[in-house]
Amino acid sequence: MKLFTINKQELPIVDHFRPDGSKWTLKEKLLLGLTFQDYRKQFFRNPVNWVVIIIFLTGIPIIIERYVYGLASVTHSSNDYPWGLFLGFGLFGMVPLSASGFLLGTTVELFGRKDFHPIERLALLNGLLGYFFAVCFLLVDLGLPWRLPYPMFVSLGPAAVLFLVAWHVATYLSVQIAEVLPSFFEWIGWLKGKKVIRGMVLGLTIAGIILSTLHQGALGALFTYAPGKVHPLWLSANFQWLHFFCSSIFGGLSMVIVVSTLCKKFLAWRCDDHFLVSLDRLTLGLAKGCVFAMITYIAIKFAAIAHDKEWVYLLTGWGQYYLFEISLAVLLPMMLYVLAIRKGNATVARVAAIFAVLGILWNRINTCLVCFNWYMYREIPHWKEVAITITVYTAYIVTYRFILYRLPILYEWKGAK
Amino acid sequence: MNNKIINRRNFIKGGFASTIVASQLKVTGVKAAGDFDHYPDSMGVLVDINRCVGCRSCEAACNKEQGLPEPEKPFNDYSVFDEIHHGRMERRTREDRYTVVNKYNVAEIDHPLFRKAQCNHCLEPACLTSCFVKAYSKTPEGAVIYNPDVCVGCRTCMIACPFYVPTFKYSSAFSPRIMKCIFCYDTRLKVGRPPACVEACPQEALIFGKRADLLDIARKRITNNSSKYVNHIYGEKEAGGTAWLYISPVEFSKVGFNTHISQEPIINFVRDFLSMVPMVLMIWPALFAGFHLLANRKDANSRHDNDHQEV
Repeated sequence: MKLFTINKQELPIVDHFRPDGSKWTLKEKLLLGLTFQDYRKQFFRNPVNWVVIIIFLTGIPIIIERYVYGLASVTHSSNDYPWGLFLGFGLFGMVPLSASGFLLGTTVELFGRKDFHPIERLALLNGLLGYFFAVCFLLVDLGLPWRLPYPMFVSLGPAAVLFLVAWHVATYLSVQIAEVLPSFFEWIGWLKGKKVIRGMVLGLTIAGIILSTLHQGALGALFTYAPGKVHPLWLSANFQWLHFFCSSIFGGLSMVIVVSTLCKKFLAWRCDDHFLVSLDRLTLGLAKGCVFAMITYIAIKFAAIAHDKEWVYLLTGWGQYYLFEISLAVLLPMMLYVLAIRKGNATVARVAAIFAVLGILWNRINTCLVCFNWYMYREIPHWKEVAITITVYTAYIVTYRFILYRLPILYEWKGAK
Repeated sequence: MNNKIINRRNFIKGGFASTIVASQLKVTGVKAAGDFDHYPDSMGVLVDINRCVGCRSCEAACNKEQGLPEPEKPFNDYSVFDEIHHGRMERRTREDRYTVVNKYNVAEIDHPLFRKAQCNHCLEPACLTSCFVKAYSKTPEGAVIYNPDVCVGCRTCMIACPFYVPTFKYSSAFSPRIMKCIFCYDTRLKVGRPPACVEACPQEALIFGKRADLLDIARKRITNNSSKYVNHIYGEKEAGGTAWLYISPVEFSKVGFNTHISQEPIINFVRDFLSMVPMVLMIWPALFAGFHLLANRKDANSRHDNDHQEV
């Protein structure tokens, strides 16, 4: 794509009209302004697409197998570990990394920090797609996925934590669609719709804060149903929802840093100067937010140990693993963030963000799988379970890229807005 | 359809205080989670580990009564006691067996001990309180039963059960469901008959009766034969109390019981979070709208110095 944007003056598309005044059709917009032959050429020239093709060719048959022959054909069907990678990684891991939408929405719309505007849309999109694919992972994992609306409309158990998760993820998904729609409306040129959403933006943002606080917390609270199963260091009946909520703050912000870095490196043709010039400054701004959340997180993690009088566990092997996790997943990225802010070096902040993002995933998989049934055997997921997880995640990346190529997320629409 | 609308309407109220809705959605005869009274006349079973000889008649009776498939090894094949699963000799409940007997060799007794495991039918079941489609109910007779018609297959009940009882029919692609002991509710308990396993027991190791009476019997056995029993009735208080009760000649931890289970029902560990929910729902909107006004006012005041670049 880079080659085309250098050679053709009208690319990439940033307006409804070509420089010569003729209008782009929707089909042309979808093909990024290329001819079909050119589009195909650039598609197969990109080595990433070859990897994607290989992953899909392996993974999609396994997904079909799962739906035709049941979960037993792709997992170890463990009754001791009812939740495996699909939920441990896909739901518990992806949802905190998608907190970015509500965080940047709050920063820009609610607190009026318009200087963060260039990455607001990226953060909103990151949130929407993260949630959407978390639901996809859920649809793979649920025994009867076609009954997904049951907790909403058929048989309601409102006193259960999962009921909150279901309702809040569903409503928040709608809120996020509404928040991302303006960029879509600009792109197709339907400004009326954008205006309607613009009028609701404060309401949507506040709804986003409420729903995010509750369901990020609720995902943690789900584990308080298993007080005897999750290792005490990873579970605190009183603090669990706070742990999950607080870690989602730096998780979501770090994810935006990681994604924006990838965009700057691999999608520079699609970013406008506004985005590219301000990115280093914004990265350091996000880093500051992360540091505050991380300090709070470490404090409440140890407050929970003190509250439950669990210091003695720190001397065991599990305790060492716990300290290892805290050091590598939170302390190290926190110190790197501080260093980055001190030196004004965004690259260091980007390294920190990678540690923080992987750290969140590690923590959720620890809570859900590694430290679950800690006095029992360890469950190693079936290779097909891993393959499906990679396939769904690849679908997430492909969708993400498809939207970034087209909608005005990384650039400002030059046409009527 | 009409029913669906009513449920939806109920939920809209629930958006503000889901706990209030819990009481509104109460169905007669079966109580919803949230405010759970114990049924005083509920039934139970007392298991005397001293008397169990490990004949597995209860397992056979259960599979027959519940229409579960014949196992690979017949019920009179006792080599199953020595099978090793995940490094342990204990077998657990599965989609094709609601109850299992396991063998334990303990140092202080010269013969092996046997323990039957199945759903303990808690007084405040964790599976019930964790279920978001109300697939579980606790009947006044004491059984914890399950309705496969509303189950979504999320398996939270399996996470929540402190006794590792509910199992999932992973093998089915189109009608998977939770498989667990239902105290023979449909066929027996409802009409006052004891469950199949109790009836099949040749040793009277299992006694069926009112839970309150069983507690008395258990206490009497312990006081009259204090050398034969440890002074503890497992299930009297564990996880808030269970309908199935156990007495044992040795420490319960030596015959496969989890002795670290809290005396509080599982739902008590979740209440902290649940009580926080209505507060967030009601306080956050005003709080953050207020923040917005404050932030924008500051913005208006400092607009003249044009310093939007600073981070």
